[in-house]
Amino acid sequence: MDYLFSVATVAGIYIIMALSFYLPFMTGQISLGQAGFMAVGAYASAVCTVKFGIPYIPSVLIGGIVAGIVGFVLGVPALRIKGIYLLLLTLGFGEIVRVIFINLNYVGAAAGFPNIPYQQHTLLYAYGTVLILIIFFHRLRQSRLGRAFQAIGNDEGAAEIIGINITAAKLTAFSVGAFIAGIGGGIFAHYQEYIEPLMFGVMQGVEFIVFTIFGGIQIFWGPIFGAFVLTFLPEFFRVIQNWRMELYGVLLIVMMIIRPRGVIGLDTIQRLKKIFTKVR
Amino acid sequence: MVLQQLINGLMLGATYSLVAIGYTLIFGVLRLLHFAHGEVLMAGSFMGLYIILWTGLPLYITLPLAMVVTGALGLLIELFAIRPIRKDFHLAPLLSTIGVTIILQNLAIKLFGGYGTKFPDPLTTANLRIGPYMISSAKILILGISLFLMVILYFVIAKTKVGRAMRAVSESHLTAGFLGVNVDRIVLLTFGIASALAGAAGVMVGISFHAVSPFIGLTFALKGLVVMLLGGLGNVVGAMIGGLILGVAEVISIVLIPPEINLQDVFSFGIMILILIFKPEGLFGSRIGQG
Repeated sequence: MDYLFSVATVAGIYIIMALSFYLPFMTGQISLGQAGFMAVGAYASAVCTVKFGIPYIPSVLIGGIVAGIVGFVLGVPALRIKGIYLLLLTLGFGEIVRVIFINLNYVGAAAGFPNIPYQQHTLLYAYGTVLILIIFFHRLRQSRLGRAFQAIGNDEGAAEIIGINITAAKLTAFSVGAFIAGIGGGIFAHYQEYIEPLMFGVMQGVEFIVFTIFGGIQIFWGPIFGAFVLTFLPEFFRVIQNWRMELYGVLLIVMMIIRPRGVIGLDTIQRLKKIFTKVR
Repeated sequence: MVLQQLINGLMLGATYSLVAIGYTLIFGVLRLLHFAHGEVLMAGSFMGLYIILWTGLPLYITLPLAMVVTGALGLLIELFAIRPIRKDFHLAPLLSTIGVTIILQNLAIKLFGGYGTKFPDPLTTANLRIGPYMISSAKILILGISLFLMVILYFVIAKTKVGRAMRAVSESHLTAGFLGVNVDRIVLLTFGIASALAGAAGVMVGISFHAVSPFIGLTFALKGLVVMLLGGLGNVVGAMIGGLILGVAEVISIVLIPPEINLQDVFSFGIMILILIFKPEGLFGSRIGQG
């Protein structure tokens, strides 16, 4: 039972991370640097609790805010570039963050940052955050800003012509995405009790992308579904556990061939809605 | 001392160039960031290692053999992870090469273990003496082989029919197709060439660092990407020169920055970010209009 709880907790944190990737993705910005923002949030919040004795919730929030500010600062130059260039910029950012933490003695350098107070109710906090994010994304879909995001994601040129402030929208999406990643990092740090720079490598960032793309990119339920299923599935099959990463790889390739926009699409949501109305 | 460091830098840079050329070629024909390219290099490195360990063949046979194997690996990647993917979602091929990366890296960890393996020295390293300096002949040889491969590649692209077809395909698939170029075959061939070069780079990395691990792929992939940007997307000559520049710059940074600070990587990524922000077309100009 404990084991199941721990898997569920990790799944919750991964859902937060997948959503943090999804928000800038809505505006067509692909970030490989979410693990970097996660690291910033994790270290910042851990510093708050360990070095300054700040309680859990404010610490995690501070972690998120610090990551958000870093996201804003990186987001400004990121506005000028797109596609493969943005991918490379965020990739470089993620690596630089990692190397900086490896060299920072204040937070334990390469040996890692130990003795972070353990948060017993991480499960609740993680899924509480997920719930808040679901409400946020749901409301965002109907809001002016959310529609602007989607318009930009569909066609940036067309969005600009109809008078959407692209700069503001993209920067908002990017920094709020970084903020969410920072929150995820803070929760992660106080669950693991110990963090080290190696935990936040490029491949970790790639994993969040895999969650999102597998789950679906048309609606925010996709990343949630993807993170949840891909975290739980391997735990149930020991055989799969050994070959987990290889299976991820194969799954990713096969998905791109048969259903490149993910399992959960807008059509899936429509169908589910129909089934529910029939049941009623 | 200066000459020695310069040779070190050029040697390191030449391997970066080989990786970056592969990226550039593939980016040229497909507008694709081939994420698994570093893993192909890693595979080449292990191929070289095991050919030498098991057969004891000399380098001039090992290197082409490893190149053939990684070239074939590149063809397989193109056939199974690139070709079947529909073109309507521009991220799809990138993500499927990420899938290939994950598969290759984890297979390598299972096959060879997650730690470094010592790479035997296939060369009787008689050191060269130039004036008061000692330079290992291995380094000169690596530099020589890399430059030789680059010159051949340059002639293939500039002078041969296949090279002309590759340039045509990188301009436009549709037009090249109309003009009678077999686009699919050229894309496949490009993957083969790029992967073979990565394999050669892998063997040379093994020789010069005396060690191979399943994780070297990412390091060199990232360096290759920095170099590709430095030289300009789709610019093969730019990638050649850019690699040498980055190699020398890195060696200089190692000399200048005190050893207790591990900042070489920040250095190259810093270069990358500066280029991305201020000069995204690279030092020598991008050959591709839209990135």
